[in-house]
Amino acid sequence: MNSSFIQINEISKHFGSVRAVDNVSFQIHEGEFFSLLGPSGCGKTTLLRLLAGFEYPTTGNLLLDGIDITSLPPDKRPTNMVFQNYAIFPHINVEKNIQFGLRKLGLSKEQIEKRVKDVLSLVKLEGYEERFSSQLSGGQRQRVALARALVRQPKVLLLDEPLGALDKKLRDEMQLELRSLQKEIGITFVFVTHDQQEAISMSDRVAVMSEGKIQQLSAPNELYKNPQNIFVSDFIGETNFLKASTKTQDGEYINVSIENLGEFKIKNNLNISENSFDVVCSIRPEAMKIDTVKSDWDICLEGKIRQTSYLGEMTKFYVETKELEKIITVSSQHFDNQSFKNNDCFISISLEDISLLDKK
Amino acid sequence: MEQKNNTLLIYTLLYFAFLYVPVLFLPLFSFNDGNYMSFPLTGFTTEHYEEMWSKSNLHNALWASIKVGVVASIVSTTIALFAAKAFARYKFRGQNISYGAIMMPFLIPEIILAVSLLIIWLALGFKLGLVPVTLGHILFCTPFAMLILIARIEGFDFSLEEASRDLGENAWGTFFRVSLPLYLPGIIASLLLSFIISFDEFVLAFFLTGSDATLPMYMWAQMRFVQKLPHVLALGAVIIVFTTLIVLLAFWLRNLGQGKKKAEFGINIHE
Repeated sequence: MNSSFIQINEISKHFGSVRAVDNVSFQIHEGEFFSLLGPSGCGKTTLLRLLAGFEYPTTGNLLLDGIDITSLPPDKRPTNMVFQNYAIFPHINVEKNIQFGLRKLGLSKEQIEKRVKDVLSLVKLEGYEERFSSQLSGGQRQRVALARALVRQPKVLLLDEPLGALDKKLRDEMQLELRSLQKEIGITFVFVTHDQQEAISMSDRVAVMSEGKIQQLSAPNELYKNPQNIFVSDFIGETNFLKASTKTQDGEYINVSIENLGEFKIKNNLNISENSFDVVCSIRPEAMKIDTVKSDWDICLEGKIRQTSYLGEMTKFYVETKELEKIITVSSQHFDNQSFKNNDCFISISLEDISLLDKK
Repeated sequence: MEQKNNTLLIYTLLYFAFLYVPVLFLPLFSFNDGNYMSFPLTGFTTEHYEEMWSKSNLHNALWASIKVGVVASIVSTTIALFAAKAFARYKFRGQNISYGAIMMPFLIPEIILAVSLLIIWLALGFKLGLVPVTLGHILFCTPFAMLILIARIEGFDFSLEEASRDLGENAWGTFFRVSLPLYLPGIIASLLLSFIISFDEFVLAFFLTGSDATLPMYMWAQMRFVQKLPHVLALGAVIIVFTTLIVLLAFWLRNLGQGKKKAEFGINIHE
């Protein structure tokens, strides 16, 4: 397995004065499901289009399987793309759409027929050969787009928010299907999405982007458990931020003073030094406990519930405390809004659930 | 409400009457057995139509008009296609100015266009004839062709072209396998309308033809003789029918598949 299958070296892309991609370097492994995740305008689509060859970088270079592809046009690259709106050719039927990219590969008629047949069964679209784009549902169009790209047996499949146009149920289904498809054929997938849940559930690794830069690149569970900065922590799931400042260092722990709560020993997950003041503490809503009675956890705060939202599998409480400036969000599976008298509650926090974040 | 609707209906009827009643006199008098356009009609005849078969001047003029029209429509549609693609696909510096410049022949009085072409053509030492007429018609037809093609290409999903490039086709392959088939209804509509505009055009032809008359020139020449008038009316009636059919065909083609296309594809958003 080649761990530097795709090398993105100091790539920048400027559109006028806008730096869509700003000096980005990282590597994508062979055969992995890699996601570019970020809010709209973060540069993820531009980066994907740079990989596809629809844009050329302002500076930097791209290597794919050891070959410099920086200035190759899209038709000369061993990549294929699934477009956001699928871009199914409306004037030809499904079969012709899928055959479209095979013309220049020098295959025999039998080989072409076999490839089309195989890919149609791979995406479960047998029997749809004669249909036109206008006669297909969103999910079926997506399968055609996938088949049309995969039939060329690319080294890398690029996917530009391919699930964005589907309804929730179909999207969940397609997520599972795409993931198992990728495992089955073993092609490297580069997947662009703004949906953090999607990225986390499907990917081997995720690069979180913002303002043209990679904020963090790691495995999904790392991203959630150990975010490197405020942006990532906020973007991946929900979190509460507590104002903090660092004091003395003590091995792998660091003494941190948290607003109005006192000083605590917290695991130094970022290697923050004791004289770094730009830190905040973050704690996930589901890591805290909400109860009607006091607990003996590391931190226990008395609070008042200001608002609740019932989400089915859990309830979210927005709690005001004397100590903290901001209202904090706690989620619980065990209580609902009927359980608390006068909205009085106790929130318990365990120190090991607090993580330190770089403010930048 | 009822009252208001009636007023609008009357207005609409008057409007159409004003537009089409004069035109309808042409076929009416073309079947009249007499030299003057006046009532009462003196008798029914198809003699003026039959006469058309035997006039070699008319045949020459018709042939000249067809030649000019075919060349002008093909060239102006080609030019307009490239321009329309550029305007619809890209944002570039000077876009508005160049758009205005291409549309200009639309707004310049035709006679000024004709006179300036005449002066330049003669100053360059060339002979008058169908060549300068064709060039003038190309200039004149291009804005019309542009309007038709821009309407067709705007809202075109350009990710289709990207998809084609992505699937291994180069720029030419993409043009012939994806863009051209999808633009085709617009291109044919543009060819037909450009042809009709060239076919009916008089002022440029008047200044630039020299001895080879186009059809409108031929009609104008015939009008000077009273006894030829019914003949011109018959010819005019034929041209009206022919033109109407082509324009209807062009509009039908222009709209072909367009309603469906808009519903089918979203607008492609790049970050």
